[in-house]
Amino acid sequence: MDNTALQERILSLVPDAEFQENKQFLTFIIPPAKMHDLAFKLKNEPDLSFDFLFCLTGVDMVQFLEVVYHIESTEHKHQLELKVRTHDRENGAVDTVCDIWRTAEFHEREIYDLLGIRFNNHPDLRRLFLEENWIGHPLRKDYVDEVNIVEF
Amino acid sequence: MKEIINLPVKNVEEEEYHINMGPQHPSTHGVLRLVVSLQGEIVKSLKPHCGYIHRGIEKMCEKDTYPQIIHLTDRMDYLSAHINNHAVCMLVENALEVEVPERVKYIRTIVDELNRIASHQLWWCSFGMDMGGLTCFFYGLRDREKILDIFEESFGSRLLHSYYTPGGLMMDIHPDFQKNVKAFIKYFRKKIKDYDELLTGNIIMQLRTKGVGILSKEDAISYGVTGPSGRASGFACDVRKHHPYGVYDKVVFNEVMGTAGDTFERYMMRMHEMHESMKIIEQLIDNIPPGDYTTKMKAVLKLPAGEYFQRVEAARGELGVYVISDGNKSPYRMKFRSPNFSNLSVLDHVSRGCKIADLVAIGGSLDYVIPDIDR
Repeated sequence: MDNTALQERILSLVPDAEFQENKQFLTFIIPPAKMHDLAFKLKNEPDLSFDFLFCLTGVDMVQFLEVVYHIESTEHKHQLELKVRTHDRENGAVDTVCDIWRTAEFHEREIYDLLGIRFNNHPDLRRLFLEENWIGHPLRKDYVDEVNIVEF
Repeated sequence: MKEIINLPVKNVEEEEYHINMGPQHPSTHGVLRLVVSLQGEIVKSLKPHCGYIHRGIEKMCEKDTYPQIIHLTDRMDYLSAHINNHAVCMLVENALEVEVPERVKYIRTIVDELNRIASHQLWWCSFGMDMGGLTCFFYGLRDREKILDIFEESFGSRLLHSYYTPGGLMMDIHPDFQKNVKAFIKYFRKKIKDYDELLTGNIIMQLRTKGVGILSKEDAISYGVTGPSGRASGFACDVRKHHPYGVYDKVVFNEVMGTAGDTFERYMMRMHEMHESMKIIEQLIDNIPPGDYTTKMKAVLKLPAGEYFQRVEAARGELGVYVISDGNKSPYRMKFRSPNFSNLSVLDHVSRGCKIADLVAIGGSLDYVIPDIDR
């Protein structure tokens, strides 16, 4: 499926998805409540079959926290980038997709650890790299660590 | 006559208990700790504990310039250092819309493949050693030394080269580079037969690996297992084929694919890949075009605001570099999608129901480099 057809298809599934200009991938911002449902359809509908989540990461954009999904269909070879935003910096949460793409389990733990975004229904949401008693989330822009980060 | 007291003994076979494998276990190939839940010697489940050498490379990148970041990528998967460099260089070149000279593309492709062979040699010798064959370790390291000598002669270092720079290469190749690479390929073609005779054909090794740790194609895709480990399960994931970069679109090579998805298949994938890499190098080594080894770049590289993604095929699978730039000389956010990280997540799934001794073979066949997991 080419990008124009794919764009129409996504908008028919989620009418309030917001299209974002991007040179490399077709990009949409998805409302958090609809992400899990959309992900399920993207994986399971035969003409879409996005079965390979090749990158999952989080970004602190200061006004909001963002989870970025890069997915690809190994059958049709089309790619897609999805973003989900949460404005709650304290208890921001997004639905997990690790029941759809199993690789998400580790990636979501990494995002929780380093960016502090929670994932609803995640089977084992613990910190991955840092210790459980670590204070703060290092990849946030407002993270201050006077001991371990040397300022130049 | 002495009286013998019979104490009641708990049936340990039925009780689940935990064993910590690592962080200092020889077969975890680094500081990785696996908390293994066992019943008798059957693995019930397994929880990896990462972070022992987490350096926060992604956070450091937010303070560094792009040429500086290249030096950090060497230190993720240090066995495919050149390939990691390649990913960042191409990302910067694509973002700045710089066309690199053909000579650079040829040299980069050849060096990437040499790096892949060196990485697979080290994997082969450590896999052999994990399985109890110490001879493999000497054979593999002896031959890897030849590649490291070529690297040292041309790039000045043996492990962490940082040879690629945005726009080209740090320096031109040594005048003897082509001659030495050709001599190495001639040498290694002979020696790789020893590898097969020593380990591939070994009955003990085959009994320990065939049918052990089977990973289906669906699970490989779902867990994002790429590289030789993914291809052993039939997942066509070679970035060099599907999203060509360098001069991979000009050379003929096979994407080696397996079907069984067991430990032995993963072993065979890497053995075949060494042959394919040699084929690629042979097609390119005599055709390196003359010209500049670098293009003129600005002193300070500022990527235009936006998002960039670059995928390359590292020795262990797909490396993805994701950059969000706000127009400054450092990235706003940099993410490395490292192959080992995804490959580690599947370890619990494939090792359930295996014996604890099989765990060593499975771990060896998935070929971890821990600094790439922790980053």
